[in-house]
Amino acid sequence: MPIMRVEDVSKNFGGLDALKRVSFTLYEGQVKALIGPNGAGKTTLFNLISGVDRPTAGHIYFRDHDLGTLRRHEAAGLGIGRTFQHSKVFDDMTVLDNVKVGRYQRGRAGIFSSFFSLRRHRNEERQVRETAFEALKRVGLEAQAGELAGNLPMGDRHLLEIARSLATEPTVLLLDEPAAGLNNDETDRLADLVRQIRDNGVTILLVEHDMGFVMDISDEVVVLDYGKKIAEGPPLMIQNDEEVIRAYLGDDLA
Amino acid sequence: MSFDQFLQYISSGITSGSIYALTALGFTLIYNSTDIINFAQGEFVMLGGLVAISMHEWGAPLPLAFLVAVALVGIVGVIFEQLAIRPLLSAGVLAQIIVTIGASLAIRTVAMLIWGRESLPLPPFSGDSPIVILGASILPQTLWVLGLTLVIVVALQLFYRRTLTGKAVRACSVNPTAARLMGISYSRVVLLSFGLSAAISAAGGVMITPVSFMSYSAGALIGLKGFAACILGGLGNPVGAVAGGLILGILEALTVGFLPFSGSSGYKDGVAFLILLVILFARPQGLFGRRTVEKV
Amino acid sequence: MGIVAYARKHAAFLAFSAVAMCAPLFIGNKYYLSILAFTATRLMVALGLNLLMGQAGQVSLGHAAFVAIGAYGSAVMTTRWSVNPWLAMLVAALLAAGVAAILGVPTLKLRGHYLAMATLGFGEIVFILLVQLKGLTLGTDGISGIPSLTIGSLDFGRPRAYHWLAWGVALLMLRMSLNLVDSRVGRSLRALDRAEIAALSLGVNTSFRKVQVFVVSAVFASVAGSFYVHYIHYISPDSFSVTFSVVLVTTVVLGGLGNVWGAVWGSIFMLFLPEYLKRFNQDYTNLVFGLMLIVVMIFLPGGLVGLRHVPARLRRRFTPPDALPAEDT
Repeated sequence: MPIMRVEDVSKNFGGLDALKRVSFTLYEGQVKALIGPNGAGKTTLFNLISGVDRPTAGHIYFRDHDLGTLRRHEAAGLGIGRTFQHSKVFDDMTVLDNVKVGRYQRGRAGIFSSFFSLRRHRNEERQVRETAFEALKRVGLEAQAGELAGNLPMGDRHLLEIARSLATEPTVLLLDEPAAGLNNDETDRLADLVRQIRDNGVTILLVEHDMGFVMDISDEVVVLDYGKKIAEGPPLMIQNDEEVIRAYLGDDLA
Repeated sequence: MSFDQFLQYISSGITSGSIYALTALGFTLIYNSTDIINFAQGEFVMLGGLVAISMHEWGAPLPLAFLVAVALVGIVGVIFEQLAIRPLLSAGVLAQIIVTIGASLAIRTVAMLIWGRESLPLPPFSGDSPIVILGASILPQTLWVLGLTLVIVVALQLFYRRTLTGKAVRACSVNPTAARLMGISYSRVVLLSFGLSAAISAAGGVMITPVSFMSYSAGALIGLKGFAACILGGLGNPVGAVAGGLILGILEALTVGFLPFSGSSGYKDGVAFLILLVILFARPQGLFGRRTVEKV
Repeated sequence: MGIVAYARKHAAFLAFSAVAMCAPLFIGNKYYLSILAFTATRLMVALGLNLLMGQAGQVSLGHAAFVAIGAYGSAVMTTRWSVNPWLAMLVAALLAAGVAAILGVPTLKLRGHYLAMATLGFGEIVFILLVQLKGLTLGTDGISGIPSLTIGSLDFGRPRAYHWLAWGVALLMLRMSLNLVDSRVGRSLRALDRAEIAALSLGVNTSFRKVQVFVVSAVFASVAGSFYVHYIHYISPDSFSVTFSVVLVTTVVLGGLGNVWGAVWGSIFMLFLPEYLKRFNQDYTNLVFGLMLIVVMIFLPGGLVGLRHVPARLRRRFTPPDALPAEDT
């Protein structure tokens, strides 16, 4: 069943076309990868899908909601979670507190119950703490719960971002280059984690440069080049697509 | 209001507007190279005026007093950059703002200790017998302010467009990383921006002093108006900054003209603030906005 | 929560409260009592500003104006219109909240620090209005004869009674701030300051939260202003120049951003430091404050509260690098 439809989406930055009429569909329960050379428009597309930016033309539908009509913080409420290519953990907060922010939109405590630490606020806090800890366990960071997030090594930061997103209980998870800077072991463990998340019913869209990783875990791959979709299909087909090879290696080599 | 009265208000508006324009230009230079809003910008204007007053008192002819004031405040700008801004260039916005606020308070207090609390005068650059144009009598100082502002703006444009150093500065404001890769020293560019910015604002301070006197506490309000001019013209756009300054000056002068009740000159200072708020509400990219104001 | 558990969790707060409330029993000197009373009102302002700056990372350069709204609101309403002081305090605080919302809504949805400039302008305007609106504020003459706060036959005009009342309110605000930091709202404020795009992606309505904490800080300041005038019984515009706004920022920065206790230590330090500086020349006070802002930001971004980390940092500096765990940046 389709869960997200990207329809003829274009994005223009001051005369520069970052995306040109891109369309594809994300199906429930699949792992889909978005690949392409640097500057192909992958992160731009991520920003549109996660609602922090709007398309210049075209629509992105999540179930029946047009994401272009949402305010910037509302995508999370629909069940769209994301991680970032360049670490966006909250540096001077503890690892556990980072994940607690992930529970924000499921919480109700407002400024008054926070100020006066009302009973319902304390009950909610206890639940937030438990759920956040569960999310940390899923990515294997529970031992670092009390550390400052800024002190984590790069790979762990990405895991923390995943845990933080999982805490929002997303139905679609967007991962922006999760394997960047990881060694082989860590990449393998990440692949296991991604599969496990998928098996729990979360649909995954990821941007990644590590082709081994992409081909290993993706059900389908979309290839962008200069803002255009040049290919879409299962990994094996993509690997042998001439236009994709040309985009990656240049005309003279193909 | 008769037509010659109207012209009178316009000419006084253009005079103070030119100073806002130069202050706004000062903000823009620093903002474009560092993304910092310098809350001490108005103090440069104030220092310019007061240094020129002292130079003149010591017998220096006005042109020399002007040049010394501009050069000296330019050096103050450079020292400020070295001591306070340099260590925090890569720190957060909050720290940068706080440091420039601290500098503003420190400079203002030092100025008070040196020059006292009184408003001090400076004679006009070429006498004060008014010139009659279209029935309105205009002070020669107005023409000086307008002329010198024009010279500074044109010289600055030539510097940015024609010289290698100027191009380097522009490259840094467009893309610091790429500029660095091209071998342009970012820290030199920042240093230059602070020096130039302080000097230009100081020039404004010297020019306005014969019209409205100068005191240690005048910088804060001029700085605020210079910033309002920036927002009006579109933050980061030098042409917009100059236009914004002139528009603001004229609007202020007309407010005094049209508000009949006494004390309206006190409310004049509110115009800048009102414009600032309205623009932020309705059109944050400014009237001639070029850079888009990013909403995160 | 049991009493013992509560006491253990809030030991620092309880100890500080005990010291603050018992202080007048041991201090007979009226002069020092009055400085302590001013410390309480300063603390009220500093706590709000600390939440705004330290948690949400926004600067207000117009908080003197919010204090003025409380002070003049109470003064005008009680002396000219005979409004009950408590009601006047409430009305002034609501006014401050409304004004803060008007300033915050357009500026806080923009990136960068438009709030700082807007509040700076606002501070200038309020100062001008205080001088110009003579019909309401009596201009530079100021308003005198402002009554003391009372509850029934309880008169808070006497120094000790006032001390307990003002410190009671200040401590309540301290407790509220400490609670807020460790809550859903407090975490969202820190998150939006440290990485706004990430906070948005987690569903935090960042513009709303920023405006909200700004409004809270304005209300704290207004309430402080009201308490202040009911203690000194006289008010004039001099006290509310933009320089006072910068002094308020200095209070918070010096104490330590990002830690609620910074507001406490900053307030104590800033009220007692000028007493010390008076022995030299009062004109130097502002110079010292300005330089302190620069020096603290560069060398001690954690402020006075951050000093406790210094020994550990020094120890680390003198440890050979290979003995270090993963270094923080």
